[in-house]
Amino acid sequence: MLNLEHLSKTYADGTRALSDINLSVREAEIVALIGGSGCGKTTLLRLIAGLDRASAGTIRLDDEVLSGPHPAIGIVFQEPRLLPWLTVSDNIAFGLDGVSAAERKARVAHALEKIGLVEHADRWPRDLSGGQQQRVAIARAFVTNPKVLLLDEPFSALDAFTRASLHEHLLGLWEETRPIVVLVTHDVQEAVTLADRAIVMQPKPGRIFDELSLSLARPRDKSGLPFESSVRRVLSALDQSLNPPQKQPQREKDRQAAALWW
Amino acid sequence: MTGQAQSHAWSSHKGAAALAAPPLAGKKRQAFDWRILLGFLLPIAIALLWEAAVALGLAQGRLVPPPSRIAATLLALAETGELWTHVWATLWRILIGFVIGAAAGIAIGAVSGTSTTMRRLLDPTLQALRAIPSIAWVPLFILWLGIFEESKVALIAVGVFFPVYLGIAGAILSVDRKLVEVGHVFRLSRTQLARRILLPAVLPEALIALRSGLGLGFMFVVAAEFMGASEGLGYLLVDGQQMGKPDQILAAIIAFALLGKIADSLLVYGTKPLVRWQDTVRERL
Ligand SMILES: Nc1ncnc2c1ncn2[C@@H]1O[C@H](COP(=O)(O)OP(=O)(O)O)[C@@H](O)[C@H]1O
Ligand SMILES: [Mg+2]
Repeated sequence: MLNLEHLSKTYADGTRALSDINLSVREAEIVALIGGSGCGKTTLLRLIAGLDRASAGTIRLDDEVLSGPHPAIGIVFQEPRLLPWLTVSDNIAFGLDGVSAAERKARVAHALEKIGLVEHADRWPRDLSGGQQQRVAIARAFVTNPKVLLLDEPFSALDAFTRASLHEHLLGLWEETRPIVVLVTHDVQEAVTLADRAIVMQPKPGRIFDELSLSLARPRDKSGLPFESSVRRVLSALDQSLNPPQKQPQREKDRQAAALWW
Repeated sequence: MTGQAQSHAWSSHKGAAALAAPPLAGKKRQAFDWRILLGFLLPIAIALLWEAAVALGLAQGRLVPPPSRIAATLLALAETGELWTHVWATLWRILIGFVIGAAAGIAIGAVSGTSTTMRRLLDPTLQALRAIPSIAWVPLFILWLGIFEESKVALIAVGVFFPVYLGIAGAILSVDRKLVEVGHVFRLSRTQLARRILLPAVLPEALIALRSGLGLGFMFVVAAEFMGASEGLGYLLVDGQQMGKPDQILAAIIAFALLGKIADSLLVYGTKPLVRWQDTVRERL
């Protein structure tokens, strides 16, 4: 169980990136954080990953208060961030320093198989496509068996086709150990495809606007009616977050326009 | 940035490179590109023309001897063993000077690249010293260290030090913060971070810095040997001037060119496995 309590972050220049975030994530739950840019989504993940310090509030993982990078928390950044001097398999094994050589080899081999890059094991990252590199980054985070996996718009730079296949790879890896996943995205389809719950965020200061449950059965049928209606629900929540109702009497019209735009 | 850590990471690179070699090797091996030989055409043509001009009596060839005479001089020097004495003397000076200068450049560059405080402390002074043309140190070095080997090696070391220092410090400062964060995520200690992320990340630029250091080493060995030496290729140059033997001067120049090229190639090819992962950049060098 991952608990964020009254989490706030104000940067040195006075930017209030996050203000009073409260969130509980159950075991094995996949949560999508949605919101326009500048909502503090990246900031939130960096706080959980221990790469930045919160100005106030606590982050708790199973009763343990986190204060810095933690072995049970893995992160995949927006860019693959592979180490260019390591081969694909050495990149995947990067976080497995404390593991025996045999175990390391087995885990890397398994991960390579899961992401479908077995034949690329001994290549350099520069010889892979963007989507393949991002798969390696995901595998690198998964092989340490984290309890919490943080994903910061990991698919945003990829084309729709590659993205769909990466969703499957991600779910395939997730099924094995079922960690908590916090996925940042600005793609509503992606959120509904992957997540059990969508958290809609608002900027200035970054805060949670709304939460929607997306409890559809897996595997999800993207052309089905429940999927469509979930997408519409998230879109309308997102729209409301952009146009707070009390200021916008014409909300219905705007919502339609926004839905078209999205 | 200890030597131990360095050798460790280097060997692990070699391991990684060896692993990756088989699938890449097959692809990379291409037919020999004969167009490379085009570069030889101009110097050979000029040499042949000059040779012909002297042979036909169109030119005297006293101040600019024809290639055949230069070759004969080189051969004679080699046969008497004189050439090897000079080559060895010069190479030895460069080697000692290069090792001292490069070691100091790496150590101080690493300190000033990793610690802001140390950089504030050291860098201004070093930058000021760098502004002095290194040859200007010669009189002082002779006063301090005498006219024999020490002052020559010191001059070469100074020449090697600055490009290496600048290259190493700059390389460390420009390491991608995003990759360092990957190290933080996996909770690497400071030494692990240095060995597993910083060192490999700076390696390509560090090798370029060492290369320019070596080049300057060759430049300064000539200057050092000009200031009074009884052996060395630089001595052959001075001797050839004083004795009016242009063929000896040209023979020494050719020896310098060959040695410089060989040393540079040894450095490049000897370290190639370490940076195979980014050889695209090196091919442009
Ligand atoms: N290191 C930083 N220093 C100052 N302000 C920052 C820093 N990082 C992010 N911000 C600001 O914090 C806000 C939230 O940024 P971010 O978390 O990157 O949002 P998102 O990922 O949702 O686009 C933005 O206004 C951004 O400009
Ligand atoms: Mg972001």
